[in-house]
Amino acid sequence: MPSIDELAGYTQASAKRLGIEKFDIYGSSVDETSVQVDSGEPKQVKASNRSSVIVRVWNKDNTVGVTSTTDVDPNGIDLALKTAYEASFFGVKENVPDFSPEATAELKANTEATAPQAPVSQLIDTLIKAEKQLLQAHPAIKGVPYNGLSQRDLSRFYLNSDGAMRNEARSYTSIYLYSKTEQEGKKPRSAGAFRINRSLEQLDLQGCVEEVAEKTISHLDYEKVKSGKYRVVFSPEAFLSLLGAFSNLFNAQNILDKQSLSTPESLGKQIASPLLSVCDDALHPENIAAETFDGEGTPTRRIPLITNGVLSNFIHSAGTAKRFNTQPTGHANIGAKVSVSPHFYHVFPGEAASREYSLDSAENVIFIDNVQALHAGVKALQGSFSLPFDGWLVTNGKRTSIESATVAGDFLELLQSIIFVEKEPELTPAGVCPRIWVDNLSITGE
Amino acid sequence: MHPSTLLLTRELPNLQYSSTRDRFDETWEALLSTLLGLGRAAGADFVEFFLERVNYINCLAEDDAITSISPRLSTGAGVRVFRGKADCYVSTNDLSFTGLKAALEKGLSILGLQLPAPNSYVPEINLELLRDYATKKGKESWLAGCSSMREMGEILLDANAQLKQKATHVQSRRAVYFRDWQEVLVAASDGTFARDIRLTQSVGYNLLCADGANRSSISKRVGSTSEPDFLRSWNYQTDAEEVAESAGKMLYADYVESGNYPIIMANEFGGVIFHEACGHLLETTQIERKTTPFADKKGEKIAHESLTAWDEGLSPDAFGTIDMDDEGMPAQRTLLIENGILKNFISDRTGSMRTGHPRTGSGRRQNYTFAAASRMRNTYIAPGNYTNEDLFASIDKGIYCKKMGGGSVGPTGQFNFAVDEAYLIENGKITKPLKGATLIGDAQEIMNKISMCSQDLGLAAGFCGSVSGSVYVTVGQPHIKVDSITVGGR
Repeated sequence: MPSIDELAGYTQASAKRLGIEKFDIYGSSVDETSVQVDSGEPKQVKASNRSSVIVRVWNKDNTVGVTSTTDVDPNGIDLALKTAYEASFFGVKENVPDFSPEATAELKANTEATAPQAPVSQLIDTLIKAEKQLLQAHPAIKGVPYNGLSQRDLSRFYLNSDGAMRNEARSYTSIYLYSKTEQEGKKPRSAGAFRINRSLEQLDLQGCVEEVAEKTISHLDYEKVKSGKYRVVFSPEAFLSLLGAFSNLFNAQNILDKQSLSTPESLGKQIASPLLSVCDDALHPENIAAETFDGEGTPTRRIPLITNGVLSNFIHSAGTAKRFNTQPTGHANIGAKVSVSPHFYHVFPGEAASREYSLDSAENVIFIDNVQALHAGVKALQGSFSLPFDGWLVTNGKRTSIESATVAGDFLELLQSIIFVEKEPELTPAGVCPRIWVDNLSITGE
Repeated sequence: MHPSTLLLTRELPNLQYSSTRDRFDETWEALLSTLLGLGRAAGADFVEFFLERVNYINCLAEDDAITSISPRLSTGAGVRVFRGKADCYVSTNDLSFTGLKAALEKGLSILGLQLPAPNSYVPEINLELLRDYATKKGKESWLAGCSSMREMGEILLDANAQLKQKATHVQSRRAVYFRDWQEVLVAASDGTFARDIRLTQSVGYNLLCADGANRSSISKRVGSTSEPDFLRSWNYQTDAEEVAESAGKMLYADYVESGNYPIIMANEFGGVIFHEACGHLLETTQIERKTTPFADKKGEKIAHESLTAWDEGLSPDAFGTIDMDDEGMPAQRTLLIENGILKNFISDRTGSMRTGHPRTGSGRRQNYTFAAASRMRNTYIAPGNYTNEDLFASIDKGIYCKKMGGGSVGPTGQFNFAVDEAYLIENGKITKPLKGATLIGDAQEIMNKISMCSQDLGLAAGFCGSVSGSVYVTVGQPHIKVDSITVGGR
């Protein structure tokens, strides 16, 4: 990958030659290695060094065209600019995307957080040890069919013809382990866990192994659960999965497209229990994969989304912010149609709860560890969901694994039915969140 | 004694190759055979290069405006190196000799191998005469024959106008189209040398209707390979009527009452049940991971005797059709289950090497960043002897799943999928629309409960995500009856 200065130089020259006065480029470069193991042997090692850019050009009629390419040498950029220019004549004529007014604003966050990559042999050895530990954790654990240890160096940049130019570099290392049990006369069960940190040395390997072992073993003596309405406790991961699936609630572009459960008038409305507060916080200290600027170069920041149950903000690109007469929030993804997406949720208690609950003394409560198949079971535009899950029936504090079941409901009703937000947060890939208690959800078992 | 024509490694820096940048053809032979020989000289048991060039575009019409036209140009290569049964896959955007050599060297070093000393001979890899499916089948003109940006926009706007006429309570209308043109070249140290061009296109509707608190969203997509005229020949009037009618019916539908029911699943996209509940479990990838209950069941009965199923890459224009897989092997027709008996697995090169099941031309990948894996192509349940009337008449109270959403299967064989459009069956008749249904079950159990297959086999385009990324597939079946399945709802 050429340096940003080099890229800017020959892009400028090519644009000038083509008569293009206004353009911008967003790009990234990835250098990553990942390993998988099987029964004490390396199964597959993958390495990749790749880059891509997306160019936008504005023609003299001020309509915009876009092209993305993996070919970032002068010839590739030249072709991308030509193709984008051709596409620009078919670009939108209303609400045309423009440079972010904050593309040149000062970045206050640290733009470089890198660490040296570990040798591949060390990755393999580490993963083999983790697999062995898991296999030894219980006689019923017969395999770790899905596993991976990967490290990634990622650099991103944004530049435009008005002089904006910014870049950042990050390193991170992650591991996932997914073990499977086999017992005579019983169906196989499985469970998984994930950890991420800046480098292999900082990765919580032991915690990952212990979590998988504990969960997998806890699913051995499974039972069917009777269908009905239950008090449900969502794990942080499960709740964030649902929140992510219904993120159109906060998404200004979705709202403008009428592809949301919210409308512009929803701001300030009570959409959840006052016990709940949610922020989107790309720069949260626990977010290893933090991004300091978005696809339009706008600096990222902490945005309150739900404050004591009240919908307090939407997330914006430069274009949606202009249409809502507000500021961009650093959530844009560059493209022919600029889309908007959240970075990293921070869920925490809102108003003080009048009553606190604990799984240690829970009676007939379903604890959902993770929900599955969100791509199939979530109707994001209808607000409804019907999802298989892994979890336990908790009675008198004792957990009994549930064989196979679904949880169904309406997400807006779920938000209103929250009866307790625990205090202790947990870190997940999607954000930081405590366990969330919800009343009266439909569970289908036997 | 080596012949004097053999290349010495110290000569590598002086080599000049003239492979063309804009086409993957015979001009790449010398470069690739040198690199393959270099990999073998370093001690690799097998080396494979996969080169890819993509010219992709998508177009989106929202209500009465084109809101996005997005071209994407991509080139890249992946090199796979085997040492024993261990393999390594390295991908790069740099297709120069230097770039490909660097990728090879990285792969070798990961497996503990290194390039030979400067005075070592590089063994010749005699590649076969290029098997050029693109030229042989006249595919060179496909890209130019596809719709221009202007035509894409015009057709999608016409289509959206048609939907506006047909539907009521419309909140948003979308017509979506993409064209994925891909040129691939595969060269391997066993002599494989093959080239192909693939053209995959898809177009469809997303309709959202709302009336107060009642909402319904219905989508429909059609897809094709190898048909440059595809978009021009899209019958959007018919699809608009179908989507509008479905959305209208589901707008005021009651939520399904959860429980266990007999169900009838419609043909075409209903085939997702077999794709998820069985197809994935017949991939050698699953045998390798020990995540399929069918691993040692070849020749045994694993399904109801009424069930026969195929996976193939040959149906004309179907979404999962390929002339060769991403390892250069010609596609074929693979009988998976015959009258309930498991006959074959779906196998790629690695799967074959590690499990012993023969390759079936099923090594597929989303793009150059993924190593190929055993993946489905066109997978469907064969037609049976019953009529749809027979199926309905056999049910007192059950559910008709007319339109399926997506689904998935987990590592223990538990599967699930969503129903986008469902109806209650009472005494053999459809009585009212239902929404919010999710079907869940266990693969082994469900396969024995597919007890009746109708005669109306239909295929549908789909996308399948797995270890080697998202690939285009066909699902299909006739109308089928499942004796009992858990339906999650409210």
